[in-house]
Amino acid sequence: MFPKPIEHSSARVRIGYQIVLPIALFLWLLPLLAIFLTSIRPAADINSGNIFGMPSDFLLIENYMAVFQQSKASMYLWNSVRTTVPTVILAVGLSCLTGYALSVYRFKWAVPLFFVFVAGNFVPFQILMVPVRDLSVSTGLYDTVTGLVLFHSAFQLGFCTLFMRNFIKALPYELIESARIDGVGEFKIFWYLVMPLVKPAIAALSVLIFTFIWNDFFWATVLIQGDHALPITAGVRALNGQFVSQWQLVSAASLLAAVPPVLMFFAMQKHFIAGLTLGATKG
Amino acid sequence: MATNNGNATTLDAPPGKRSWLYKNRIKLAPWAFLAPGLIFFFIYVIAPIFQSIWISFYHWDGLGPKEWVGMTNYIDLMDDDRFYTSLVNNVWWLVLYMLAVPAGLAIALFLNQTVTGIRLYKSLFFFPFVISQVVVGLIFTWFYNPEFGIVGIVWNFFGAQPPAILGDEDLVTFGIIFAGLWPQIAYCMILYLTGLNNVSPDQVEAGRLDNAKGWKMLWFIILPQLKPATFIAVVVTVIGALRSFDLIAVMTEGGPYGSSNVLAYYMYETALSEYGFRYGYGSAIATVLFLIMLVYISFFLWRMYQDERG
Repeated sequence: MFPKPIEHSSARVRIGYQIVLPIALFLWLLPLLAIFLTSIRPAADINSGNIFGMPSDFLLIENYMAVFQQSKASMYLWNSVRTTVPTVILAVGLSCLTGYALSVYRFKWAVPLFFVFVAGNFVPFQILMVPVRDLSVSTGLYDTVTGLVLFHSAFQLGFCTLFMRNFIKALPYELIESARIDGVGEFKIFWYLVMPLVKPAIAALSVLIFTFIWNDFFWATVLIQGDHALPITAGVRALNGQFVSQWQLVSAASLLAAVPPVLMFFAMQKHFIAGLTLGATKG
Repeated sequence: MATNNGNATTLDAPPGKRSWLYKNRIKLAPWAFLAPGLIFFFIYVIAPIFQSIWISFYHWDGLGPKEWVGMTNYIDLMDDDRFYTSLVNNVWWLVLYMLAVPAGLAIALFLNQTVTGIRLYKSLFFFPFVISQVVVGLIFTWFYNPEFGIVGIVWNFFGAQPPAILGDEDLVTFGIIFAGLWPQIAYCMILYLTGLNNVSPDQVEAGRLDNAKGWKMLWFIILPQLKPATFIAVVVTVIGALRSFDLIAVMTEGGPYGSSNVLAYYMYETALSEYGFRYGYGSAIATVLFLIMLVYISFFLWRMYQDERG
């Protein structure tokens, strides 16, 4: 283990470490703590310059309620859910199929097609922007949640396929071969043999894609115009204009937008990190 | 194609099921599995890349007819100051964003201990990455506010006049990059923490016996084993730097006077301009950005190809 385990150091170093740790964390999360404190302050505190001190009054419920009452935050949050959940299902579901096809079958297109998915995953969004927007307008999908879901799912297929293909490739191939020799059909092998084995990959991908899509801002601004379909990230920015200089409300709205991915991360931490660090250990 | 492809599996097939489809199932199956995803991906990702490049040779407002103008958009780009500003800023992003890699490593080394509660510390350090960049942008906009942000307070504490970081043409890009580093460092940290978990204890022990300590140990024994983590960290950081859009849109909208623009935001601003859409010119900017990214994509694919063969 590197660096040297702290248990083997002198008591002074150990205590020092225990003291430095919370201080470092405090400094690291200072921006977040500050915005949280702001979100529960009365407006008067901010106007009188009390930004980092104790709030003169704790308005946790009042401020957050005000965000919901004075803006369309609840609608934006619901739109985010309506966008994110179907995207996760579609992208992860389809990538089970593509990942399976590209890992189990040895055909000459397997590697080139795999590379197409990987490369597509890395392209800058802007190179897709004009044609995708144009396509959405001409098919009547512009400014609809459906249109956003379809694009997100297709784009996330790149990353999901990369992930699934590598995951299935690492499964023992003999398993599939022996099933074939027993005369099991190709789809049955996929459904009954492979799918149960890729459950951890599905879990990891689902949390990751949930976070990516929930936090998306670019496509929400390009493909959505009206409040009826606007997700919370783009909504928060709109609120920022609406709540000019009401920093306590802007802060509360921002934190609201961050809550679902944060909860998701803490609930599924192991899967989340496993997904994110795929490839960080081998190579 | 109708003949038996000689695959051993078909020989065991039950009699009566030896239709053409059945005999070729191993050849056909991958395409059946691929079709839905591949078609979808082709329509929304692959085709648009080529369409964009094609559109970059036109003048088009998105509504009327397209007008072929050849290389005009690219020639115009060469005389466009705002384009150069964006390009230079993108270079700054690329260079300074790289600081996330060593900084992430440093924090990972700091946290790679087994004291009580360390797991919670690691998760909390990772926190900034989970939050949307829009929120990060808003937090830092407020942080940089000279009147009541932390910058104002710190400067006032030392009796200095606080700078308006986001209003200063020379400082603004660095202010935004600094905000972007916060989540990016968290990302690199988690990559390195995972990498450190898999460092071989035997080699570390062997190194200790050889009297390797501190920097020497890190450089000669640990870092070589962290190579895969470093590779991924560099790749995601480069891509993050070139994709920077959210922070700029939220914090400055490219201002003041276009001084914090990057290609990604400039493209958006041009193509969907308030003064009429300029799809052609925007696509030309996007193509330049794509070509820059293509260097990294090719490098990544080449690495992957080596792995596939090896």
